[in-house]
Amino acid sequence: MAEPPLLTLAGVHTHIGRYHILHGVDLAVAAGEVSVLLGRNGAGKTTTLRSIMGLWRVSRGAIDFAGQPIAARATPDIARLGIAYVPENMGVFSGLTVAENFRLATPSGRFEPQRLAQVMRAFPVLEQKWQVRAGTLSGGQKQMLAIGRAIIAERRLLIIDEPSKGLAPVMVGQLLDALLALKRARTTILLVEQNFFLARALGDRVAVMDDGRIVHTGTMAALAEDVALQSRLLGLSLESHQ
Amino acid sequence: MMRLLSNDRPGHWLLALLLVGLLLGLLAAPFLFPGTKALAVAARIAIFIVLAASYDILLGYTGIVSFAQTTFFGLGAYGVAIPLALGASGWAVVAGGAAAGIGASLVLALVMALLSLRVRAIFFSMITLAIARFAQVLAAEWRGLTGGEDGLTFTVPRLISPAFRLFPAPLLGLPISGPVIAYYLILAVSLAAFLLMLRMVNSPFGRVLQAIRENPFRAEALGYRTILHRALASVLAAGFAALAGAMMALQLRYTNPDTTLSFSLMIDILLMVVIGGMGTLYGAALGAALLVLAQYYLEPLLAALARLSGGVPVLPALFDPGRWLLWLGVIFVLVVYFFPAGIAGTLRARGRAA
Repeated sequence: MAEPPLLTLAGVHTHIGRYHILHGVDLAVAAGEVSVLLGRNGAGKTTTLRSIMGLWRVSRGAIDFAGQPIAARATPDIARLGIAYVPENMGVFSGLTVAENFRLATPSGRFEPQRLAQVMRAFPVLEQKWQVRAGTLSGGQKQMLAIGRAIIAERRLLIIDEPSKGLAPVMVGQLLDALLALKRARTTILLVEQNFFLARALGDRVAVMDDGRIVHTGTMAALAEDVALQSRLLGLSLESHQ
Repeated sequence: MMRLLSNDRPGHWLLALLLVGLLLGLLAAPFLFPGTKALAVAARIAIFIVLAASYDILLGYTGIVSFAQTTFFGLGAYGVAIPLALGASGWAVVAGGAAAGIGASLVLALVMALLSLRVRAIFFSMITLAIARFAQVLAAEWRGLTGGEDGLTFTVPRLISPAFRLFPAPLLGLPISGPVIAYYLILAVSLAAFLLMLRMVNSPFGRVLQAIRENPFRAEALGYRTILHRALASVLAAGFAALAGAMMALQLRYTNPDTTLSFSLMIDILLMVVIGGMGTLYGAALGAALLVLAQYYLEPLLAALARLSGGVPVLPALFDPGRWLLWLGVIFVLVVYFFPAGIAGTLRARGRAA
């Protein structure tokens, strides 16, 4: 019997003010896999992630994490269940040092040495910048800090929103290496990514959103091979991103 | 030494020099500047360092704009003043009164925080403004308890009363009188309170406060309950403000709404924190010293300048002591122009850039 998904969204509707953004999102994220959420700008990807985290209140529908309903819970309670959220635009605290940013994400303020070493191996530049204020880091370094902070303590699910946005190509390469290392370690990730090259390299499964709904789900391999499907769903061809 | 400062380095040599100068100046003030006015000014600086630092925890570290810090200051002052004015005496009464004032402040701050920190920042500020005004009116109108606008005058314990002498002969030329002892007690408590606040803002709790100030949603997504942290910061800040109020009552030997609850006092505290540099605590200390010194010595300084420039046209009119508030304004504009992040904030930023 197949293992139930770690995270499921069933018929999720979200309103922001008077705007109806999500129109019944159905999504399942399997444990140990990288699920990628694709879609054009304004399709509702970030709203979906923020709804999962309780940052936007769900108006209808259900969100279950590890068998528990979380749609009505407060954001800190959802985070404490073991979900790390890396928002777009580098969610770091600029006024604090790299070390302080990391420390905030540990439950007791203390690092588990093995885990810290693993993060430093993935992002060696952060070790050199340990006592530097996060606000002075480059865009790529901030993104590494945001992702590193998400994995500095044990988490069951990583939600990452557009990690490559605004990064120089060389930085995207480094970021991909780090995310691939997480994938190899069978970390469960829900990733929103506009860069199809990155999404294809990381994703096991894919869901495509349009106008606040999921319009396609399947394996990333199938989507990567089907140029016509890409063109229909995303208005792009894989070749143009290589 | 750095452990005492919770490893919070000043970060710039000039800031370190200013802070050492302030500490040494306060320690030696009664010997260097004899006289009751100098002693009163030095004591006021020590007390306002605690009050301004407590406000910096709210404004600078947590991003909460409250106008009720004087309410807690007043509660501490009246907590000590009321039992002493009713005729009770002794250190137990002082301690009990201070504890009651601090306790009442903690409870009021907790209720205010839990009821109103959920609303938008501007509404919270308005609520604190209303509470501060209410406390001021209450103190002015409840004559039976607070003495109304006239306030309460009372006798302090003998050890700190003006007639008391610790030694029969002066020490280094200074008679060690009750007010001198009161000053050193106030200085010791202020220093301990300041170091405690420094420890607090440099603790993991302080870092969470800074994270919340920067982006409350990100802090919540890391699992921190922002309301609880903000409420705790408000409660602690209120407790330190009430402690400062209790010291103020002992130092002045009277309490009235103007000295503890007035809106102009709240503006002073705000200026101290902003001019000194928000979110540094050291800035609050420097701001408190600068503003109190300006309030007490700018007028006589202008009078001296007017006398010195007697023969020169225009200058005596410019330095007329009556224009001291204008000069205070000019000084503030200059400080804000040259130190946009406050004195401590700007010096620290320069230290980091160097």
